[in-house]
Formats: sequence, structure tokens, C-alpha cells
Amino acid sequence: MTLLLFLLRRAATLVVVTLVSSFLVFSLMELAPGSPLSFLLGNRSATPEQVALVTEQYHLDDPFLVRYGAWLGDVLHGDLGRSIAYKQSVTDLLSTRVTTTLLLVGYAGIIITIVGVGLGVLAGSRPGRLDAALTALTTGFLAVPAFVSGVVLIWVFAVQLGWFPAFGGGHGLLDRLRHLTLPAVALSLASSAYLARITRAAVQTQQQAEHVETARSRGLQGGYVMRHHVVRNSLIPITTVLGLTIATLIAGAVVVESVFALDGIGSLLVQAILRSDFVVVQAVILVLVVAFVLVNTLVDIVYTMVDPRISLTAGTGR
Amino acid sequence: MSALTTNPATAATAATGRLRPRTRLRSAAGLLGVPGLLAVGFLVLVAVVAVAAPLLAPADPNFPAPLEAYASPSGAHLMGTDALGRDLLSRLMYGARVAILASVAIIALSTVVGTAVALVSAWVGGVVDAFVSRVLDILFAVPGIIFALAAVSVMGPGPTGVVLGLTLGYTPYVARVVRGATLREVRMDYVDAAWLQGRSGVAICLRHLLPNLRPLIIAQAVSSLGFALIDLSALSFLGLGVQPPAADWGLTMRAGLDSALRGHVGEAVSAGLCLGLLVASVIVLGDRLSKQAEERA
Repeated sequence: MTLLLFLLRRAATLVVVTLVSSFLVFSLMELAPGSPLSFLLGNRSATPEQVALVTEQYHLDDPFLVRYGAWLGDVLHGDLGRSIAYKQSVTDLLSTRVTTTLLLVGYAGIIITIVGVGLGVLAGSRPGRLDAALTALTTGFLAVPAFVSGVVLIWVFAVQLGWFPAFGGGHGLLDRLRHLTLPAVALSLASSAYLARITRAAVQTQQQAEHVETARSRGLQGGYVMRHHVVRNSLIPITTVLGLTIATLIAGAVVVESVFALDGIGSLLVQAILRSDFVVVQAVILVLVVAFVLVNTLVDIVYTMVDPRISLTAGTGR
Repeated sequence: MSALTTNPATAATAATGRLRPRTRLRSAAGLLGVPGLLAVGFLVLVAVVAVAAPLLAPADPNFPAPLEAYASPSGAHLMGTDALGRDLLSRLMYGARVAILASVAIIALSTVVGTAVALVSAWVGGVVDAFVSRVLDILFAVPGIIFALAAVSVMGPGPTGVVLGLTLGYTPYVARVVRGATLREVRMDYVDAAWLQGRSGVAICLRHLLPNLRPLIIAQAVSSLGFALIDLSALSFLGLGVQPPAADWGLTMRAGLDSALRGHVGEAVSAGLCLGLLVASVIVLGDRLSKQAEERA
């Protein structure tokens, strides 16, 4: 019952937050200098038909709130408007590109989980030289922006060694994954380093905990204690950071997709800004913000389920 | 309290009330450790180069010499030249100016705004605090670079939109941390004492809370500086921030990508190293400061 109530409340918050952010994204247009019409057209000279189409699509003759309501209604029906630069419906533009971004973020997420947790446990459980070396390595990776590591990866693995293609998305699942390998590595380096640091700190804290001491004094094997006591209890900070990392990855995809010329929604956003195609900009930002809010809510829910000690209804459960 | 007896420098303060400059310098060095000292050293170097770029740069960063494109390092061009034959070392030196100026502006602005919001919210409490923390939670979920992209889409590509957007993006980070610390701090006895003496809320916030929160705020600002640097140069790399022909590390990196494909990796490696080392220095320094702020609390 409490679980249902908790989920309902989370869902309600999600709806409110999404509505508020959609309103803010829509108001962006009002902040721009010049009339909304010329802004939407990106200061292009347009035929009277195009002007009429945009005016109708965005209800430009109506007051602001009416316009927002009409736009929101369209969005809820899956109609995100029509791109002026691409001369295509924004929904179509997005649907072909979302897969690339999702594959990229998923691929990077898998790398981050394996490398981050692996290095973190290694550094946390072996104090001394190895730990110091790994800490220096993670500080280094944390400091390298994704576009720098991307360019270096292209130079080494595409130009010099020729193991991977430098640009493009590829066709078919295997070819796509091959094309996405360098971008996913570039995207995951900094986050892997961050997760490794968090894991290391958590593992170190756990190793000094009484339950680990007890387990050791009972004569349990080191590996068993590590797996069942140390790592399992370190999972809470690890899941939290991993969840927050996904939001960072979606934002990082904007940069990485542009480095590797991938046709994802991130590179679409950059292209749309450069080509003053505001209808597309608005749609992509809305999709991204909804994704962030959704991911955050999911992390909150998963977090609560991973740790049964967290009470679902704050204040009363304790 | 144990720090008082173990740290000779602090003990000296306790005994004499004042600290001789040399002792203070030595104690700062002890607190920073070797990595911290290296980081500070590199930061000072970059700052000096940025300020004195016109004096130190061997050539005009924008002087093109098409015949000398992609020249190897030599006496005339210590780090070689780029695709247009411009002196790479000079361009990197001038690039430090943009990087430092813009990232410090972002962090200074977001720190001031974030701290003000956090202090007011935590001090007033109640509905105001509940509302502010909800808004912060929402803003927190959206990475800073998205705010910058939105700002640039409205204001057009250029540093102004980027700085404003990133300022908005970094404010919730500051506000969240400072609000949490303020909520712990306002429960302290000294706040009650000041309140009973009839001090106003504003006076307590500015004269009592702020000085106690300062180490934390500075640590937070330094740590965020690294991420601001990354976001900032990423936006220039994408063509949305600083515009060519200005000398900027993000732009050099973009040109470096094209050059790398033609087999010249010098630009990408040198600009990447500048950026990476600067961010690493800031992260190391931020870590040290955070650890000290935690120990104090």
C-alpha cells in the first residue's frame, strides 16, 4: 500500500515537473529578441504560405497562454511541429535519430558500470601503490573532456591503426556497434573515472565497518567477504551515482555525437541551433528535459527498492 | 580540536594570535601536499601566461602564413603552426585568457547567486525553503550544458549566451550544497546567541554564517571551475561559443580534429593537454579544499 502511494506520488511529481519544464521551454521563444514569427523562421525570407503555416502551427495570432495550450495539445498528440531547415516533421526527424543516441548512451553505460565498479573495487581493496596509481589515473580521466578524448581516439584507433571507423553511424546492429565503439569509449572515460572514485570511497568505508570485521574474524574467505559484505553494501552510493551519470551521458552525447558525426538527437540539436531551426531546438530540448526528469524519477524508485531501509513515506516510516 | 595540538602552524596562531608570513606559507604548503602544490603551480603558470600573453607570446596569434602551414616545431615556431600557418604556442597562450576569464565569470556569478538563494531559503525556512528546494531539485536534474544550449539557441552563438546559460546551470549545484550546510549551521548555539543579542537576520547571515561557510563555498567553487572549463570549451568546440578567428582551446581542438585526419596531431594534443592539465589542477585543488572544509565542519 505504501509502495503504491509512493509510486503515485512520484508519478504526480513527474507530471507536474514535466508540465513546468514544457512551459519554460515554450517560453524560451518569448525571450528571444524580435517577433516569434521571424524567430521561428530563423530570420529566413519565407513565402506567404510558409508564414501562414507557421502562424497557424504556432497560433501566433492568439495570446501567449492560448498558444502554449495549443502547442502542448499538439505535443501530447505526438506533433512536435515541422522543421523549417529540414522540411520534415520533427517527430520523424527525432524518431530516426533517437535509436543512435539510446544505443550510444546504453553502450557507454555498460562500459562505465564494468570499468568504474571494477577499478573502484580494485583501488579500494588494495591500498598502497596500486590504489595511488589508480587514483592518479582516474583524476586524469576525470579531467579530460569527452571531445578531447574523442579526437585522440580518432587519431590513434581510426587514423593510425585503422581498427575502427572515424565517423558515421553504420548499418545493421553489428556494424553500428563497431561504429559506436570509439564514441562510447570517449563518452564513458570521465564517468568511469568518477564512478571508480565513488566506488573506491564506498569500498574503503565498508572495509572498516564492524560487520566486515566480524565476517573476517569468523574466518570467512577474503573473496567471499568482498563480494557479500563489502561490495553489496557499497551498492547504494554506486546505484545513485550511476543513475545521475545517465543524465550526464545524455548531455555528453550532444558533444560526442558531433565529434564522431553520428546522426543522434544531440548532433541534431547542435545543427538546429547553428541553422536557427528553433522548432527542432525546442523539441529536442523538451525531449532531453523529459528524459532527465524521467531518469531521475526512475533512479529514485530503484534507489528505494535497493535499500529497504529507506522509508517510502518520509517521516512516518521510521 | 586535536588539529590544534598536532599542527605546529595552528599552534603558533593559538600562542601568538598572529602568524608570520613564512610560517603561514609553509603551513599552506603542508596542507596542500605534493599534488596540491603541483596543481597550484600550474594554475599560477596559466594565470601569468593569460595575463601577460601579449608580452610572452612569440608571435601574433592571428597572423596567417599559408606557406608555413603545419610547420614542425622550430626556433621560429616553438610548437609549430596550424592549418593557416599561425603560431600554435601564441594561440594557446591567448587561449588561456578566454578559458580563465569565462570560467571564472561563470563560477563567480553562480556562486554569488547560489549562495544568496541558499542563505535566504535556509534562513527563512517554511514554505519558501520547501519551494526553493523543489525548484533546485528540478534544475539539478538538468545538466548545465543544456541550459547553455537553450541560451545560445535564443541569443545566438557566442560567449555571452554560453556564460549566462552555464551560470544558470551551475547555480543549483552551489545553492544545494550551501543550503545543506546552512541548515546544519543555523542550529548552532552561536546563531541563537547572536539572535538573542538582537542581531537582525541579515546581519547574522552576513557576519556569522557566511564567514563560517566560506571554506565550503570556496571548495565548491574551485571544484565546479573544472567542469565549467570543460563545458565552456565543449561549446566552443561545437561552434556555439567563442567564434573564429579568436584564439580559444575549444576552437583549436575543433581545428585539431580536421588536422588529425590529415595526419597532423600537434594542435589536438597541445590544446587537449592545456585543457586537461588545467582541469586536473583545479580538480586536485578542489579536492584538497573540500577535504579541509569537511575536517573543519
